[in-house]
Amino acid sequence: MENNNILLGHGSGGTLSHALIAELFLKYFNDPALLQLDDAARLNFSAENIIFSTDSYVVDPIFFPGGDIGKIAVCGTVNDLAMLGARPLFLSVGFILEEGFSVAQLELILKSMQDSAEEAQVRIVTGDTKVVPHGAVDKIFINTSGIGEPISGAHVSGHNAQIGDVIIINGPIAQHGIAVMASREGLKLEVNIETDAAPLNHLVAEILETVPEIHALRDPTRGGIATTLNEIARQSKIAIKIVESALPILPQVQSACEILGLDPLYIANEGKCLVFCPAPKVDQVLTIMQKYKYGQNACIIGEVIGDPPGKVFMETAIGGQRIIDMLAGEQLPRIC
Amino acid sequence: MKYLEEFRDPELAKLLAKTIQRKAEKITQIKVMEVCGTHTMAIARYGIRKILPSNIELISGPGCPVCVTPNSYLDKAIAFARLDGMIITTFGDMMRVPGSSTSLEKERAVGCDIRIVYSTIDALNIAKKNSDKKIIFLGVGFETTAPTIAASLIKAREENVQNYFVYCAHKTMPRPMEVIAGNPGVKINGFICPAHVSTIIGSKPYEFLAEKYGKCCVIAGFEPLDILEAIDMLLNQFINNRPAVEIQYSRVATVEGNPIALKLMSEVFEECTSDWRGIGTIPGSGLKLAQKYRAFDAERVFSVKVEPTKENSACICGQVMQGISKPIDCALFTTACTPENPVGACMVSSEGSCAAWYKYERS
Repeated sequence: MENNNILLGHGSGGTLSHALIAELFLKYFNDPALLQLDDAARLNFSAENIIFSTDSYVVDPIFFPGGDIGKIAVCGTVNDLAMLGARPLFLSVGFILEEGFSVAQLELILKSMQDSAEEAQVRIVTGDTKVVPHGAVDKIFINTSGIGEPISGAHVSGHNAQIGDVIIINGPIAQHGIAVMASREGLKLEVNIETDAAPLNHLVAEILETVPEIHALRDPTRGGIATTLNEIARQSKIAIKIVESALPILPQVQSACEILGLDPLYIANEGKCLVFCPAPKVDQVLTIMQKYKYGQNACIIGEVIGDPPGKVFMETAIGGQRIIDMLAGEQLPRIC
Repeated sequence: MKYLEEFRDPELAKLLAKTIQRKAEKITQIKVMEVCGTHTMAIARYGIRKILPSNIELISGPGCPVCVTPNSYLDKAIAFARLDGMIITTFGDMMRVPGSSTSLEKERAVGCDIRIVYSTIDALNIAKKNSDKKIIFLGVGFETTAPTIAASLIKAREENVQNYFVYCAHKTMPRPMEVIAGNPGVKINGFICPAHVSTIIGSKPYEFLAEKYGKCCVIAGFEPLDILEAIDMLLNQFINNRPAVEIQYSRVATVEGNPIALKLMSEVFEECTSDWRGIGTIPGSGLKLAQKYRAFDAERVFSVKVEPTKENSACICGQVMQGISKPIDCALFTTACTPENPVGACMVSSEGSCAAWYKYERS
């Protein structure tokens, strides 16, 4: 690339655009469907129905410990598809770049997206890039959309949680939100907290292929596990009880939350899934999850109960009980 | 020691709960006020009320800095924020507090430069990096935060930073406890005294509460076992009719307090009368900048036109903070006043009694 920074001309559709695509994007995105450089991708596959999802990524900062905006743009959409019982197959990527954005940083993001796509075994088949004047966006925004095919026999949905289901999570909570916040605010925490961003589709696929009776799956991203559990409690019209002492959390994440006055239940995750599993299948599901890198620390955190519908409760560490509500507004660090 | 799990041990909690249960059988009733908002939050978060016998009543006090900051302060802070070339820096929980007609969060959305900082030194660094702008730090909080503001002002003075100012509304602790102890309408037997305020001021400033007003006092930490142990200690004082000031939080708090922090405070601040939202004016309960630091006083440097202060007359935050009423006694609670649309300060702050009740104790 001749230029070190993105210019408005890189989004014009003219020679600069072509140079950007040829010299940078195709270096990392080289799927045969994309290499046709047509306006759309022709994909050869057949399924009675497809699973389709889209998400936009605007994280600040764009690089943080353990990941970057590109990694979560791929993993996020892959996971959204997986949570609905799909095997993710294809992704589109759309970039909105700020005039002046560093080409070197863009290259790091593209590489990271390709690495994550390879790990998830999902194909990036079409894309688009726009450049807007300085200040119109913050460095880089990415949209990814994805298509997946349903895993046969699976019927997972947020509406399907049943009384008696056991709730399993694949590992410790609240890493992503704290990693990003610490990085954004320049907090010197003296410990390393990395994002948990990861593609969960392989782990989910084996669970659903082996135990198609799973009732619900969801990735507790923004709003943390508290918000996700509330969503499922409302959709399925059931109550949920979780056990505080069973919640996995890394000590450094717990400490950071204590210092900042934040509740880890409401902090975002990017590589976690909550599995609503019929009780007789729990051991089987845990065994599968624990085989995977992203499920080694899988454990039970609670169960579905009947009453009152739509509510989430927690048995506290000292044996008390409290309600877990949806998050109101954003969590704000406190004065003292 | 990690100072976390050790103080959340379920087995020890059960043992303490049993001891408390046994002692509670010897009394008819005890009312204890937890003064500090972080205690209010911890009590709700760990479900402590649910494991206490029904004749031990815990009442939330006036120790949430956001809650006791009057509307007029917010209105003036917002007026400062609207000045050209102004950057307002603040701790996070002031952002959503409603003033008379708007909030810092809403003003930021329409273009005011308002930034959340985690430390006063961050605010000072923003000033150094933006020499063409004026930076005001919103100095709200108790003795816990006052030393950090003092440190930033001492540094600003040493380094001759001329665009850093503090809008000071600091409050200090023992006086409002005296107002409550002396109020015949509030029948409190004892106080769970603040943890972090006490690490700064020590236990001595509370002694008059035991001596003059006969109130049992225990300085407690914020973990569930700390709070349970403090309740057990309060029961001992109450049953033996020996009100005193004891320190449960001995891993941090001492009789004399933190001499370095106290020195910083006495260098920068002097005592003043302060207006407590919902409670009123209390002499000797606030801090203003001392003569030597007046050049940093935002109120002296910037003159602004402030909108007339309005309060919602149905809001009973003042009574809640004095322990006269509970959040559930308020007609607005969970109907007109929710964390998304807070009417009173007790709902805005994550440490406010109403927010704690809303978040953890609704059933």
